[in-house]
Amino acid sequence: MKQNRSLNFVLGIYVLLIFAFVFAPIIFSMIFSFNSQRFPTIPLGEFSTEWYAKVLADPDVWEAALNSLIVSCSTALIATFLGFCTAYSDFRYNFRFKGPYLALILLPPTIPLIIMALAMLAWFSKIGMSGQLYSIIIAHSVLTAPFAMAVIRLRLNQMDPDLEAAAWNLGGSEWQTMRHVIVPFCKPAIFSSLFLTAAVSFDEFAVSWFVSGLNKTLPVIVLEIVQGNIDPQVNAIGTFVFLISMTLVVLAQLFFASRQMKSIKL
Amino acid sequence: MSKPLVVFDKVQKHFGSFVAVKELDFEIREGEFLAIMGPSGCGKTTTLRMLAGLEAPSIGEIRLNDRVMNDVAPHERDTPLVWQSLALFPFLTARENVEFGLKMRGVDKAERKERALKWLDKMGILEFENRHISTLSGGQKQRVALARSLVMEPQILLLDEPLSALDAHLVIRMQAVLTDLQRELGITFVYVTHSQSEAFAMADRVIIMGKGEIAQIGTPKDIYRAPANQFVAEFVGRNNILSGKVASVDGNTARITTASGDFTVPTNEVLLIEGHKASFVISADLVHITLEEPEAGNKAYCKLISEEFVGSMVTLFLEDAQGHEFKVQMQERELSKIDPHSGDEIWLSWDTQSAHVLNEG
Repeated sequence: MKQNRSLNFVLGIYVLLIFAFVFAPIIFSMIFSFNSQRFPTIPLGEFSTEWYAKVLADPDVWEAALNSLIVSCSTALIATFLGFCTAYSDFRYNFRFKGPYLALILLPPTIPLIIMALAMLAWFSKIGMSGQLYSIIIAHSVLTAPFAMAVIRLRLNQMDPDLEAAAWNLGGSEWQTMRHVIVPFCKPAIFSSLFLTAAVSFDEFAVSWFVSGLNKTLPVIVLEIVQGNIDPQVNAIGTFVFLISMTLVVLAQLFFASRQMKSIKL
Repeated sequence: MSKPLVVFDKVQKHFGSFVAVKELDFEIREGEFLAIMGPSGCGKTTTLRMLAGLEAPSIGEIRLNDRVMNDVAPHERDTPLVWQSLALFPFLTARENVEFGLKMRGVDKAERKERALKWLDKMGILEFENRHISTLSGGQKQRVALARSLVMEPQILLLDEPLSALDAHLVIRMQAVLTDLQRELGITFVYVTHSQSEAFAMADRVIIMGKGEIAQIGTPKDIYRAPANQFVAEFVGRNNILSGKVASVDGNTARITTASGDFTVPTNEVLLIEGHKASFVISADLVHITLEEPEAGNKAYCKLISEEFVGSMVTLFLEDAQGHEFKVQMQERELSKIDPHSGDEIWLSWDTQSAHVLNEG
């Protein structure tokens, strides 16, 4: 018992250290975003919201924020729709080359982002679609659809395979069954996927930077500001982006968790 | 005899090279309680799924009310199924589950609710109307599943081992619920099970299936007392099976020589030929035991191996000198008059008319 307690203590410290390691830079960035001094040095200056005021007054940042919002919302919808369709086709049908089909679908996240971004740029300019806001949306949808599919597939695997047949048996056509059984059953996973893909898209830099042209998203404008000079505005934007992403991820997790709870009760 | 509601006309079902159903040729009568029973993998569930349209026959025809059903989609049939897994919709309440089929058929909201409530009431679970499925007990879920199918007011209800997940005492209660319902509604029930006690307790007729074929169709009593063949006799279980050669045939009786001795059996219109192989069964509850050797008739001298009590009934497991196993079933109070112990040697005997000759082997 005693041994266990000391082990727990050590493990607790270990977990704390990991969290510190992961979040320390972000926390520093947050702290400096409220620091009156231009350079991130210790000791700190006074508390100030100067940088936030500056960010809010900058029309470029507003435009980037709007772009980011449009891109992440559209990406979430498209990626989740695609993910749902692939997950359902995997659940429902058996066909030849199903293994390679699934492997191909899950491939995009394994390609290094920079390669992916370059390839996207080359391809989009070839077909005359580069430099548009929708270019980012398409690229992000490709990038995040596998996550959507993975989340929804997990949920479908928890479904009693008789459920669909039971709906047909009670007079539901295939479309009615999709609408009244499959989608409601997957609802928590669908929400989870929407938030997760939105978060990934909101954060994503490399692909956005390559294919965006003049339509900058928030991560892209951060780089632009940093390239020019040292400006604590970056910290302010960073804090904002971090909070949005964290909120989305936490929401995704909440839906994921509620789904696990439900499946235990079933 | 009432007219057939469903006809299986030389139906076969293949899955690739695997033959799930070899040949089915039978009728389901209007208003009967038909049980399809067999060991797992015998094709009984496939048969039911073909009736519900979830599988299409590979060869042959299934007709419902004289209409060929082979290519009718499941949702265009009126053959609700009660699933072994129940397959209730976990994201809906009890009432919403019952309303589901009506909703699919486009019944308006007010009528849906009224009919669902009527059936929940009939099944005695009205108070759970707004409860989610996950919060209901096994027996309550079972009743929701039944209500969900019956609210469609079908001519025929299909049941796929619906009681297999319930506790023993609930099974007996649900059996009574099912038989009462069937009698009251007068609709046809087709009940698939591997449980002999469920099938025999509820069904008007039983189909015994083995390896994708029908082994016997008959009333529970027919099947129990007069199994058609060795497969049925073994499946029914509470039988003593003896195999040997026909020694002589004399009018309505025959003499069969087995390793355990010579026995007289009624021929029961089975063609027995001297010198050919023959088997017969005696139900375990038709065998008597005595300490002294019976004067004449069919008898076997056995050693008691073990006893099994189920309530007031006892099953004795015995073995003769050749190692052939015998089973005897009797009331406990009858047994206590003789009170044998394991290892004791006792005499078994039975009336000639109790024996039943099997059709094959």
